Amino acid sequence: MATTSAPGTEFSDDLSAGFVDAGGDLAPGTGPWKLGWRRLRRNKVALFFGGVFLVIVVLCLLAPVYSQDIAHVSPSLGNITGTIRVGGKTENIVSLTGIPIGPTWDPSHYFLGADTLGRDTAVRLLYGGRNSLEIGAVATLLTMVLALIVGIAAGYFRGIADGVLSRILDIIWAYPVLLLGITLGTVIAVGGIGPIKGSNLLVPAFVIGFVYIPYVAKPVRGQVLQLREREFIDAARQQGLSHARIMFSEIMPNLSSTILVFIPLILANAILLEAALSYLGVGVEPPNPSWGNMIADGLTTIPEAFHNVLVPGLMLVLAVMSINIFGDGLRDALDPRAKVRIAH
Amino acid sequence: MTRFIVRRLLAMLLVMFVISVITFLLFEAIPNGNPAFRLAGRTATTAEIHQIEVKYGFNKPIYIQYLRSMKNIFTGKAYSYTQGFNVWDEIKTGLPKTLSLAVGAGIIWLLVSILFGTLAAIRAGKHTDRVLTVVSMLGVSLPPFFLGAVLIYFLGYKANIFPLGGYVPLTQNPVQWLVHLILPWFTLSVLFIGFYSRVLRSTILDTINEDYIRTAHAKGLTDRQVLIRHTLRNSLIPIISLWGLDFAQVIGGGAILTESVYNLHGVGQLAADSIGRLDIIPILEIVILASFFVVVLAAVIDIVYAFLDPRIRLAG
Repeated sequence: MATTSAPGTEFSDDLSAGFVDAGGDLAPGTGPWKLGWRRLRRNKVALFFGGVFLVIVVLCLLAPVYSQDIAHVSPSLGNITGTIRVGGKTENIVSLTGIPIGPTWDPSHYFLGADTLGRDTAVRLLYGGRNSLEIGAVATLLTMVLALIVGIAAGYFRGIADGVLSRILDIIWAYPVLLLGITLGTVIAVGGIGPIKGSNLLVPAFVIGFVYIPYVAKPVRGQVLQLREREFIDAARQQGLSHARIMFSEIMPNLSSTILVFIPLILANAILLEAALSYLGVGVEPPNPSWGNMIADGLTTIPEAFHNVLVPGLMLVLAVMSINIFGDGLRDALDPRAKVRIAH
Repeated sequence: MTRFIVRRLLAMLLVMFVISVITFLLFEAIPNGNPAFRLAGRTATTAEIHQIEVKYGFNKPIYIQYLRSMKNIFTGKAYSYTQGFNVWDEIKTGLPKTLSLAVGAGIIWLLVSILFGTLAAIRAGKHTDRVLTVVSMLGVSLPPFFLGAVLIYFLGYKANIFPLGGYVPLTQNPVQWLVHLILPWFTLSVLFIGFYSRVLRSTILDTINEDYIRTAHAKGLTDRQVLIRHTLRNSLIPIISLWGLDFAQVIGGGAILTESVYNLHGVGQLAADSIGRLDIIPILEIVILASFFVVVLAAVIDIVYAFLDPRIRLAG
């Protein structure tokens, strides 16, 4: 598998080379981080979308506040037979034919409409976002930590350790991402892992975090293979530093821009995969909301109640797109020559 | 060269073996999943359960069960436990639909990404590039099931231009076949277009700085000639290789989301429906066949490259 250099595995080993074009007005000796920050600050589009993503995060974290103090309903509280007053008229929340009410644009009652069980779409949107973002964050953390351990160990020790680890990565890599997610999701949804039930939110996070490991570990390994030949590593070895120390405090800092660039990339893909798995029914399990399973629910009532597809869908796209655009800007700023990418 | 091919094929077989073992063990490891209980139904007696265990070989050691499963999968004799259908027959019915989707979408996404990627690269930093960047960023952020739902709603229900889903065989009515597939092709392509055009853009920008491109310019070729004969020819290598793998995945059921939202009843939807029923055997078979397909195609691509590009052969 390692015979062609797959896109995304090649790295510029000499990071400083990428910073030569940083602009002539800079004092000599300006550090790469400062240069990166300066470049990012100039990229207004990336900053704007970074801000959009922050707003989404804050809104989703405020889900309980909205649900308790403004909408006064919980995300799983159905109300099939209830009525509300909209613009002076009394209307059914869910019509007799099973069609939920559309957006009322009144923050205190079904601001974005209801779903087929009479649950408040806006409340579920925020709670669903919280679940999606939490799963994305945990999955990303898991991917990054495991991929760094595997990638650094394989690249640093080479030999047998590298052979074994690289083959394992190849095998995970050979599975189509979605099918691997589905396989793990199905197995765990039926049986759970040990004491953890299949309906636990951590399950999709584990599944997704696992699936993306090779996409980070392989490029990290490649970079470590080059780093370990550099003089400062030799110097560290001569000083008698332990392997762990060299890997942690000599090699790791040199990977920091790679790590930073990968985080938004994995996060965006993790959120997309979570949505896909939940849509198929092997991610977040109902009644827990997630943007993915809300869309799946909404599909049962199009065209009558399209808002139940549109609302979570737009939020999902906006969140993922903001991360992607911000991540793209971050990559341009920190590591203009590196080709960090991920396959879908 | 022979050495390279042999090594590559051996590695392929090893990966295939490990994948089949792992996938089998994963599904086998499901607790409370003794399939004999499920097959026998709620009221079964111990004797009946035992009979089923013997009939399907659930009482045999795990490696015998593995061999038996693989034999069933590759001789087309695997049956769904819950639905009773022959999985291979179902895959065969689904395959024409999945192929129609994959071939059409594959052509669209390859051509459009080449166009977008090249355009963005030669206009790098200008308006066209910025617009295309935003478009591809939007593309990679659009989940097919959401895009599909939006298109069905606006172009199907509202505007009545396209059907709401489903599939019409090419041999039955070519026009309807096309009409039913336009939205699915588009939906499936968008994600890949976003991704590929970004990859192509940066590969072209890298290639442009190579010495041989400067040489080509220096010997007086026009920009267009350099672009097509030198830059693109080299930059397309990673794109084509990605394309081969993604295409294999789509045929192997990777278009599961697009298929299910458009109700195409292809291989992907068979997988999606089986997941909904937690019906293990079809999922097992599809996952194994699909990953085999991808692994074999990856090996073929590597070998073809080695023929075309001696550097790879030597490195391998």
